[in-house]
Amino acid sequence: MPSPDSHDPWSLRESYLFDRATIAEIQRAAREGIYDIRGFGAKRRLPHFDDLLLLGASISRYPLEGYRERCGTDVTLGTHHAKTPLELKIPVTIAGMSFGALSAPAKEALGRGASEVGTSTTTGDGGMTAEEREHSKLLVYQVLPSRYGLNPDDLRKADAVEVVVGQGAKPGGGGMLLGHKISDRVAGMRDLPKGIDQRSASRHPDWTGPDDLEIKIGELREITDWEKPIFVKIGATRTYYDVGLAVKAGADVIVVDGMQGGTAATQDVFIEHVGIPTLPAVRLAVDALLELDMHRKVQLIVSGGIRSGADVAKALALGADAVSIGTAALIAMGDNSPELDEEYRKLGSAAGFYDDWQAGRDPAGISTQDDELAARFDPELGGRRIANYLRVLTLEAQTLARACGKSHVHNLEPEDLVALTVEAAAMARVPLAGTNWIPGSNGPA
Amino acid sequence: MGASSRRRVRVGARDGVSATEAVGAAVEVVDLAVTPLRELNQRLHDLAGPAGGPRRWRVVNPNGEHALACGLNAEVEVEVDGHAGYYCAGMNQLATVSVRGNAGPGLAENMMSGSVSVDGNASQSAGASGRGGLLVVHGEAAARCGISMKGIDIVVRGSAGHMSAFMAQRGRLVVCGDAGNALGDSIYEARLYVRGSVASLGADCVEKELRDEHVDELRDLLTRAGLDDVDPASFRRYGSARELYAFKVDNAAAY
Repeated sequence: MPSPDSHDPWSLRESYLFDRATIAEIQRAAREGIYDIRGFGAKRRLPHFDDLLLLGASISRYPLEGYRERCGTDVTLGTHHAKTPLELKIPVTIAGMSFGALSAPAKEALGRGASEVGTSTTTGDGGMTAEEREHSKLLVYQVLPSRYGLNPDDLRKADAVEVVVGQGAKPGGGGMLLGHKISDRVAGMRDLPKGIDQRSASRHPDWTGPDDLEIKIGELREITDWEKPIFVKIGATRTYYDVGLAVKAGADVIVVDGMQGGTAATQDVFIEHVGIPTLPAVRLAVDALLELDMHRKVQLIVSGGIRSGADVAKALALGADAVSIGTAALIAMGDNSPELDEEYRKLGSAAGFYDDWQAGRDPAGISTQDDELAARFDPELGGRRIANYLRVLTLEAQTLARACGKSHVHNLEPEDLVALTVEAAAMARVPLAGTNWIPGSNGPA
Repeated sequence: MGASSRRRVRVGARDGVSATEAVGAAVEVVDLAVTPLRELNQRLHDLAGPAGGPRRWRVVNPNGEHALACGLNAEVEVEVDGHAGYYCAGMNQLATVSVRGNAGPGLAENMMSGSVSVDGNASQSAGASGRGGLLVVHGEAAARCGISMKGIDIVVRGSAGHMSAFMAQRGRLVVCGDAGNALGDSIYEARLYVRGSVASLGADCVEKELRDEHVDELRDLLTRAGLDDVDPASFRRYGSARELYAFKVDNAAAY
């Protein structure tokens, strides 16, 4: 790098349009001739829950005693049609992540941690492993376009079924698992040859459109004797319409994944440029539920960029019944740990930056199918960390809810929120702080 | 429908095998004009339990109901006397389901084992993502027959529509008539046999030599499908060129 002594600052101005990262990516693309595939979620700055603030109680509202008075966190999912809804103790669930993307011990740890605090975990694109079923008290079984590993025995073993239409990182895209993660076991579960680059379908093989979806959900209900809640997961795009159509198709629970939602392997261009942020998606989903008189009857789970109890509280205040975590759960288990910095550097990355979850060389033993790397990961320790992290998220959300005078986290409401930016005010439809202005609205909320 | 089809032999499935045997080899007849689909499917599902029940069933007045006889998991025979809607015999295990009519989309989707047959035509996505068992379509199969198949065997007496065997991973698809456009697009390890013409092959699907072992395999499949009058040597074989298994930028034009 040139020193300021030899170059004047004017000549060292970095272009905003062609910054160093952009220049490096153009050079990489020219060298390799293939798009960048990576894990993690959107890295660009997006309007998010950070752009909202909660209004604590004062004279016109009174708070609950922070360390004494009860603030409920339980949530029941699937009360609309299912005979046996999911009873969760906390409003935070573990999102779908596949065995294949994650190692078997990492999947086990997610189950251990979630079960310890009374919440659910979710399978992924590749089927259900015995480890995750054994260690997950409540397990949601995904039915994806690829149908890898799908079978009625596992369907009957599940506590709920999730029809995956899309995910926030890549709405309109199918799964991807590169050859170096297709081990014998993964290949066997997916009926695929070992070592191929597996690019799964983006459309379901046996239904297209909302009318078919309704019939498909009907079939899944028949096969499971109407016992299990049926979730429909969508990547946030035309969220208002998609949620309405999913409710009309008979879903018990809607999962909306904003564009910050993570992935194990997707094109960077897809992650950064398709879909809408979680913030507007929550509001649009709630709009659709309210219009159909289904808010709180069909439950809403929101995911995509949930990191803290503040994110949880704000999502619930906007009308979600629960949230899901994926990326944050991996970090809680040890992904990007500073202790592994030296090893990340050998892979051309560093602790805090590692996003090559597609590569299967994860020194933390989480996003890998390499037996030696996976053996480094202790599922009991990982499970404890997940449980700890979920407890912190819940305690933080309770702290904020009590401050707003709520005896249950679900009593948080949009009225408790203000926005820091005009964009967030417009998207979340709460007033810009210090004003009664909601851009796009005709008057005060 | 005449009065005869309203016959409803009410042998309680929960009474066990002896109650069934009391009426000899009588077929358990369920009339969907009077019995809700949910009740039929529940009784069929209960057959997988320890109590068991009748082994032969006949469903009359199906009237195109969706999700008929789906999720079965017992060695029973179910005859559907008429047309079935979407997802008939979906996710079938062990059971033999015969449709004496036409079937809607997703017939025997994700079947694991057992066998399913339809006397008439099957709509699109027949046998989709099936992982085992045998599906026989005695009429024509529409588009996407065998899409995403993962080990199922499918025999079509007539022709199969476009995009059949799309992303087919494992299993065999036999088409005695013609195949539509883009047969076997993005195919993995499934084997495709077509006796008539193929409108076009999809990406990475190529014709391969029909060797003796394939003729033997075909003969066995045709016999199991009850199509003894079809010469197994008269087919052509198609499968994956395996050029697209690893993503290479030089192949980008193939998509």
